[in-house]
Formats: sequence, C-alpha cells, structure tokens
Amino acid sequence: MKALLWRDLALAVRAGGGFGLGLAFFLIVVVLVPFGVGPDRTILSAIAPGILWVAALLAALLSLDRIFALDYEDGALALLATAPVPLEGVALVKALAHWITTGLPLTLVAPLLGFFLNMDPAAYAYMFASLALGTPALSVIGSFGAALTVGLRRGGLLLSLLVLPLYVPTLIFGAEAVRRGVDQTGAAAPLMLVGAISLGCIALLPFAAAAVLRINLR
Amino acid sequence: MSMWEYANPKKFMDWTAPVLPWAFGIAGLLTGVGLVWGFFFTPEAELFGATVKIIYLHVPAALMAINAWFMMLVASLIWVIRRHHVSALAARAAAPVGMVMTVIALATGALWGIPTWGTYWVWDPRLTSFMILFLFYLGYIALWEAIEDPDTAADLTAILCIVGSVFAILSRYAVRFWNQGLHQGTSVPVVTGGRTVADVYWVPLLMCMIGFGVLFVALVLLRTRTEIRLRRMRALTARTTRAA
Amino acid sequence: MLPDLGPRAVYVLLSYGVTLVLLAAIIGLSARRAIKVRRALEEIENG
Repeated sequence: MKALLWRDLALAVRAGGGFGLGLAFFLIVVVLVPFGVGPDRTILSAIAPGILWVAALLAALLSLDRIFALDYEDGALALLATAPVPLEGVALVKALAHWITTGLPLTLVAPLLGFFLNMDPAAYAYMFASLALGTPALSVIGSFGAALTVGLRRGGLLLSLLVLPLYVPTLIFGAEAVRRGVDQTGAAAPLMLVGAISLGCIALLPFAAAAVLRINLR
Repeated sequence: MSMWEYANPKKFMDWTAPVLPWAFGIAGLLTGVGLVWGFFFTPEAELFGATVKIIYLHVPAALMAINAWFMMLVASLIWVIRRHHVSALAARAAAPVGMVMTVIALATGALWGIPTWGTYWVWDPRLTSFMILFLFYLGYIALWEAIEDPDTAADLTAILCIVGSVFAILSRYAVRFWNQGLHQGTSVPVVTGGRTVADVYWVPLLMCMIGFGVLFVALVLLRTRTEIRLRRMRALTARTTRAA
Repeated sequence: MLPDLGPRAVYVLLSYGVTLVLLAAIIGLSARRAIKVRRALEEIENG
C-alpha cells in the first residue's frame, strides 16, 4: 500500500500529472472574484471565507477524475483488484494521494490568498483549521464519485453533478466555522462537526468506493 | 408463497395490469375532489388570505417529494440485497416523478413566499434542503442515463442512492445549523399525531395528500411496466442479433 | 364562477397552473412512452 501511495504521488507530481493545476485554478478563481464583485474591501472581507471554501471545493473537483481514470484505462486497476491488497485500502490510499496533492496544498495556500480578499485577521487560523479538517472529506467523497463514473467515457461533467451535492455538509460546516470564528460566536462546534464528517467519510466511504469499483470492473 | 413472488417480472406485469386503471382513477378522483373542494369551498385564512389555497398543492407535493426518495432508497436496498430486477427498475421509474414533485413544491413555495414573506426565495433551511434534494434527483437520473449496461447502472445508482440518502440527511441538519428559517414547522406532524391545520382545511388537504400519494404509486407502476418492457425488448433484440 | 381571491389571486392561480401543467406533463410523458414501448415490444414478439 505504501508503494501504491508513492507511485500515485510520483505520477501526480510528474509533468502533466495535474499537481499544481489545482493550485493554479484556486489562485485564478480567487483573483477573478474581485473583478466580478467589485474592489470594495468591506464586501470582499465579508465574503472571503466563503469564496476560499467554494474555490477549494472546485479546485479539489478538478483533479478528481484522474484518481481512477488513468489506472482504469491502462488496466492497472483490474490488476489492483486482484492484488492481495483489499480494494477498500486501494480506494483509501488513492484518496490520500489526492488529498496530499490537492487538499494539503490548498490548505497551506488558502491563508496566503486571504490577503488578496482582505480577509479578517481573526479568520486566518479558523480558515486554516477548517480547511485542514474538511479537505480530507472532500478527497474521500470525491474518490467515491470518481469510482462511480470511472467506466464512463464522458464522466467529468457527471462527476461534478454527483459529487457537488455531497459536498454540501462539509462546505456548510467549514465556512460556518470561519464565520463564527470571526464573530466570536463559538467556532468549536462547526469545527468538530467538520472533523466528524471527515472521519465518518474516511471510515465508511472507501467501502462504498470499493463496491462501486468492483461493479465497474465486472 | 411469499411476498417476493410479486416481484417476479411476469407476475408483476400480471397483477399491475388490472390495478393500474384503478390506481389512476382513485388518484384522479381524490385529487380532483380535494382540489376543487379546497379551491372553491374553503374560507380564507386569517393570516394568509386567499393564498392558503396553495396548501393543497404545496404540502402534498413536498410530502411525495421526500417519500419518493425514501421509496427509491428502499427499492435500492432490495435490489442490492435480494437482486429483484423489478425493484431496481421501480427505483429508476420513481426518480423523475419525485423530481417533478420537488419542482412543484419549490415552485408553489416560491409563489406562496411573495405574498407572505415578500420574496420568492429565502435561504431558509427547508427551502434549501429541497433545493439540495432536487440536485440529488438530478444526479441520480443523470447517472442512470449515462450508463449503458442496465445491471451496472442499477448497481451504481443503488449505491449512489444509499450514500446520497446519508448525505441528504446530513445536509438537512447542516442546513438547519447554518440558518434558522422563515418557514413554519411541519403542518402535519404524523409522528405526534397532532396537526396545526384547522378542521375546515384538513379534510380536503388529506384528500389531496392521499390523492398525490396514489397518483405517485400509479405513475411508478406505469413507468415500471414500461421499463420492464424495455428490458425485455433489449433482451429479445440481443438474442436475434446473436442468432443472425 | 371563481371565488373572490382578493389581491393575491395571481399567486394562487399561478400555483395551480404550474402544478397542473407539471403533473399533466409527467403523466402525459409516462403514458406516451408506455404506449410507444408496448407497441414496439408487440412488434418484436409477433414479427
């Protein structure tokens, strides 16, 4: 399983692997927002946490279809299914690789991009914490969605339609944590709920993803 | 002789054929009488004025929108556990009907919102939950349409339905956490047996709710029959092309 | 014939209109498809 993780990470970092693309996308979305909303600093400051969360969500979505698609096409996935490693483990490792290549960098960069949106200084810590707790859920849910659509020729658009509604609870609690953190109205509860969603997803969704992969490999 | 016998496709076709006209008849009668009664012969409510008449559409549609998803969940579970083809096809047949019910609930709710709240749409928990439910229906239907092999499609959509149900419930509570709303509580809390609807509105409302329910059943039966025929057609054409 | 609905009549009538149109649409589409598929199947089974 460790070997699989290193292989996935190496593939992602290599040219054309999509690593960095998600980050660049994140940056572009954040830069585009002021053009759309106007340069008013108070408005930007108010919507900054929401923008960063939505942008992180979309950036995570961007690289989802790569999780299984390439391995499915060249047959590596069928090999993995017959390997001694359980397919549930494969799904989890793939989600972890996705998180390391998109979720983690997004979490690290988001506070930096907060500068551009004139984010409230009090929000930085909460932004970082909520993204750190929430992005694992995004990766695991996404890997389930990617597993669902792996056999389809034009799965990309369908993938976003399937995955985005599943992202709703994570987004709500994540953005709410930052908002409550700024208002000093108790960010602990939403932060814990984001963590709970992540843990629940990590515990359960790999089974669903593996079941779906088996069906698709049939 | 167990109840599962009725899930045999042949048997299903046999027993639904005579039931279908009855189901449509009862649905039409109940809904028709309930709506006419509600529209022409009930007084205006103090708070809502004439807009109270929207309740005969809004509440039954909202009820069926949720129940349709629940029925799809049960059908998906039956398919996953017992592999009755009819069950998977029934789930597929129910999805568009449930989506239409969701749209009706959203549209009538928006039209009701203007005179009462002064706006078509607020990001109220109940409204938002229904919007999310609508998105779930969209994704579910889109996945069915996208996959060619019927058994693979049935398996994948069943799992999506099960996982989606968990997230739909999660969203429901997340949304409530996120915003307290304008929408009043449920008018007909079935669990506690009480109700906040006055007696004059209650009987026609009940008729509409049952009517919508029977209409849903009738539509699902009709659409499931169509799906079974389609399946048989595909099997027959596959056989002839193999023979040729 | 219509009861007096007061100034909010538009919303009530629109609600009924939208609902009936949508219900008619789903019933009509289901029925049309049912008939079409039944004919096609009969053709295959008999022909």
